[in-house]
Amino acid sequence: MTSESNKRTRAQFEHVSLAFDTPKGKLQIVDDVNYSINDGDFIAVIGPSGCGKTTMMNMLAGFQKPTGGRVLFDNAPVNGPGPERGVIFQEYGVFPWLTVRQNIAFGLTLRANRVAPSEREAICDHYLSLMGLSDFANSFPKHLSGGMRQRLAIARAYAVKPQFLLMDEPFGALDAQTRANMQNLLLQVLAAEGKTVMLITHSVEEAIYLASRIVVVTARPARIKEIIEVPFPYPRDESIHERPEFGQLRSYIRELVMSEYRAQQAQTSFSE
Amino acid sequence: MKADGVKRFLLGAIPWLGAIALWYAVRLSGIVNPSLIPAPHAVAMKFFELLMHEGLLVDVWASTQRVTLGVLLGIAAAVPVGFLLGWYRPARTLADPMINFFRALPPIALIPLVIVYFGVDETAKLVVLFYAAFFSGVIVMYEGVSQITPLYIRVAQTLGASELEIFRKVIIPLTVPHILTALRVALGVAWATLVASELIAAQRGLGALIQNASTYFLLDVIYVGIICIGFVALVMDMILRMISKRLLVWQERAVA
Repeated sequence: MTSESNKRTRAQFEHVSLAFDTPKGKLQIVDDVNYSINDGDFIAVIGPSGCGKTTMMNMLAGFQKPTGGRVLFDNAPVNGPGPERGVIFQEYGVFPWLTVRQNIAFGLTLRANRVAPSEREAICDHYLSLMGLSDFANSFPKHLSGGMRQRLAIARAYAVKPQFLLMDEPFGALDAQTRANMQNLLLQVLAAEGKTVMLITHSVEEAIYLASRIVVVTARPARIKEIIEVPFPYPRDESIHERPEFGQLRSYIRELVMSEYRAQQAQTSFSE
Repeated sequence: MKADGVKRFLLGAIPWLGAIALWYAVRLSGIVNPSLIPAPHAVAMKFFELLMHEGLLVDVWASTQRVTLGVLLGIAAAVPVGFLLGWYRPARTLADPMINFFRALPPIALIPLVIVYFGVDETAKLVVLFYAAFFSGVIVMYEGVSQITPLYIRVAQTLGASELEIFRKVIIPLTVPHILTALRVALGVAWATLVASELIAAQRGLGALIQNASTYFLLDVIYVGIICIGFVALVMDMILRMISKRLLVWQERAVA
């Protein structure tokens, strides 16, 4: 899954900028971002909170248009959301009026990716058991814990089989144990299904543990500070946390992020 | 389970028994001239008398029918209008002052005009009830719809939903709770407006019963009429709550 030069490019940010006009003047959110994501890559985007990482993801998902440059997916400019780019939202967005099974089946009942009912049930059963939700198949989301809702959101996104996944701090709201479980589950599913991922996170450990490449973003406006290759091959397990290279990489990236965080603090206190 | 039901019934009966006791107490205390307060048992006897000989059920039915029809028509209009206002911000900016202007008008103030334009028959009464139901329903609908989070729509888009599919499979389910709330609010307002609407020369109906009784100072009949209105409104609200509970099992909190 490490990026090789012969792999197909799936997503490209070409001189991408995004700015808003505010009464106080122009507010630059993203500034001249360039990078590409190849088939099979696992990209983690990391940076101080509020720096514009989610905005980058939103542009690739199709929720926001850049005001400068181009965002390409499969060599065509992104023009709105689509089922080939699955999105897992920070707030989960599980449909409360549908049962767990109906949530997973939702995408499969749409015309864009409709399948025969028998196949739909088979896909639902597969993800219900994979995510450990079989016992709750007919429950409504109000009966689920936060971790279970997150797994449901992931199952629902996977069910339509997107080859490309955009994840916005998907594990941010979970406790440490659930978070570790979810990370391992994600690695398992990726190993089995081979997807391309863009993950937005503020956790350095999470980025190193999961990603093949880490994009460190500056404080607002978001620019690329550094792109770091993660040297660990897949499949990975938790033992890599103990490796000396892991610690070194963590210190290095943490310092990069912290210096941006300090810059951001200075910026806000200056402007106030 | 059964004992639990009995307990809940008894608990629910306590405030009613308390109200009747207070009623007797006020009458016996002499604070108010007793001839101005009919005793509860006298009102109960009047109730049976009206029920048996004066066709009280016809009045109940006439009023219930009017309220139901007025509310259904009012809400049928309020749902699409409230939805448009909640969904499209420009529509709200355009129509908001207008809606609030008409909403602030008490239906009773419109009755002379309603008589001029719609006459004194059934249509006129329905117009007043429709008016009351529509404006209370519209507000509930548009407040509710404007608070629908765009997150669910984004989720549906990323799963490949078309505009029509988003409307059918996301927006409608999210709108149902607001329709039910609008119905309940409108029902309350419509019962409150009923007496006013039956001021327009109604022959039958609980409002008409009260109007006629007041002409002859029949306080016990007035009490019977008031209690019947409250009771029928309560039953209709309970039915709606049961329907809501059934339809909205998925909601985090039960519909209160």
